[in-house]
Amino acid sequence: MFRYIVRRLLQMVLTFFGATFIVYALMFANQTDPIQALAGERPITDSQRQVLTERYHLDEPFIKQYWYYMKALLTGDFGTSLTNRKIADMLEQAWPVTLRLAILAIVIASTVAILAGVISGIRRGGAFDNVTLLVTLVMLALPIVVLAPLAQLVFGIQLGWFPPTAGGDASLYELLLPALVLGSLVVATELRVTRSSVAENLRADYVRTARAKGLTGKRVIGVHVLRNSLIPVITLIGVDIGNLMSGAIVTEGVFNIPGVGFNLFRGINTEDGPLVVGFVSVLVIVFLVVNLIVDLLYAALDPRIRYE
Amino acid sequence: MSDIEAVTAAEGATGRTPEPGPAAESRRDKPRSLAGDAWIDLRRNKIFWAAAVLVAVLVLMAAVPGVFGAGDPRDCALSRQHAGPSGSAFFGYDFQGCDVYARTIYGARNSILIGLFATLTSGIIALIFGLSAGYFGGWLDALLSRFIDIVLGLPFLLAAIVLARRLSSDPNDSGIWAVTVTLGFLGWTTAARVMRSSVIASKNQDYVAAARMLGAGPARLMMRHIVPNSVAAFIVVLTILLGVNIATEATLSFLGVGLKGDAISWGIMINESSPYVRTAAAPLVWPSVFLALTVLAFIMLGDAVRDAFDPKLR
Repeated sequence: MFRYIVRRLLQMVLTFFGATFIVYALMFANQTDPIQALAGERPITDSQRQVLTERYHLDEPFIKQYWYYMKALLTGDFGTSLTNRKIADMLEQAWPVTLRLAILAIVIASTVAILAGVISGIRRGGAFDNVTLLVTLVMLALPIVVLAPLAQLVFGIQLGWFPPTAGGDASLYELLLPALVLGSLVVATELRVTRSSVAENLRADYVRTARAKGLTGKRVIGVHVLRNSLIPVITLIGVDIGNLMSGAIVTEGVFNIPGVGFNLFRGINTEDGPLVVGFVSVLVIVFLVVNLIVDLLYAALDPRIRYE
Repeated sequence: MSDIEAVTAAEGATGRTPEPGPAAESRRDKPRSLAGDAWIDLRRNKIFWAAAVLVAVLVLMAAVPGVFGAGDPRDCALSRQHAGPSGSAFFGYDFQGCDVYARTIYGARNSILIGLFATLTSGIIALIFGLSAGYFGGWLDALLSRFIDIVLGLPFLLAAIVLARRLSSDPNDSGIWAVTVTLGFLGWTTAARVMRSSVIASKNQDYVAAARMLGAGPARLMMRHIVPNSVAAFIVVLTILLGVNIATEATLSFLGVGLKGDAISWGIMINESSPYVRTAAAPLVWPSVFLALTVLAFIMLGDAVRDAFDPKLR
């Protein structure tokens, strides 16, 4: 187990540097004239140009610029955005609302997915199962750009059940509609995996043994089947974090929530390179750490899996 | 990586071990190829036919939009702003006074072309990566697999936004080329992994050993023996990827980094009409419906094909 963790950590370090390098290169390599882009339309004097070149190491080779950036990043200095705000401060302001939104979305999605998944897994081929399969198919096919504006239109504006937008210090109720939209991105996958793993486990020998011992159906399903069926569902959460991040960009934009995705989206449109790279680097770290935790959790939950 | 690919991956992980059970053997009276068997199964599948009809209509829409009786999608007049349906403009007019029906019909072409070419690009990259990693193994496999890990470590939409923005920063450029390249270069990882594992499974089969003993070189072994026998799961992943790519194109266009300028795209239509939903909902609703139907069609197609190739899930 220890060796597995070490190997997994080394792999994570490699992935982290690779991924941030790709993003850094995409954002900064072969820029036509970053200084002019910073100044906009205004003319720029030679001395200003020189100061900026030195501050951003623009006269040095690209790989060295990346090195300086990573050195600063790893010592906790995320740099400043082109609007001269500290990226660390912006992150600090943005993440609480995004975190609340994401947690709410995950809780809603997994509750629905596990309940419905277990029921349709037990009654495989029944009416409920067929309906859920159809519904999840439709949900998988609904891109977030369709779902978010339509949900806002129908539930926020026409029916008026929820406030159509949520601000920075939104209450849970205000965040409910965006969270439902975000959660629906992952609920279909989780439901289908729960369903197929429950259906598979029901045929396992240990279930027959439990039944033969005379245990009630409730206990067989609730303890024996459920525990084993949830293992693949938990590993899905790692993948889901990536989906939620992508979804958050659109959802936060549509519902006007000033979270991480909202800031990132604005940074991309204003060509704010340092902001984009800073935010994306943090998101990549979150993504990798969550995936690592999930992998380790997988080993802890399922003693059959041995890592060497 | 998208949620839909995750379904395939997750379901595949629990159920894609080929297991010729006794039932399967007795059911077959004469030997059939896997593809032939899958085709017979597909013909009986209602979902497959529903998806196929939808795809056919959409392809027709993309190829000859004129036959759907739509007017000129670029004929806009502010005097008709948010006007109701009239003449051939069945869905009314949008904020700029453009015919929503015409724009929705003409929007199919960009979506389908981009989806198709991006998937093709991803497919070629995935084939090369998966085949060489799986066939040669060793350090090449380690290198390629780590590279796949790195690309998978990037959250898909984030990387796509950055790349698409970079490839087409000129606001007058339509962005079609940039979006195709972006999606093609980022979406291949799952397909490459699937290809790699099925190549590894089939390269140790007896018929490959036999062909090798007969003196076949690596190129012939791969093209004649390994690829045809490991391509099924790969094609399923690509079909689903096609739907995902169409959805992602719309998302990128919605965010303003996809199609731009005077290109017609469902994503742009959704973006442009969403500020005015309180006064006119139709310009938002119709492109959304068509986009959802298109993605649904390709995902249903992929689902049906997977079920046909993977008898264990039945």
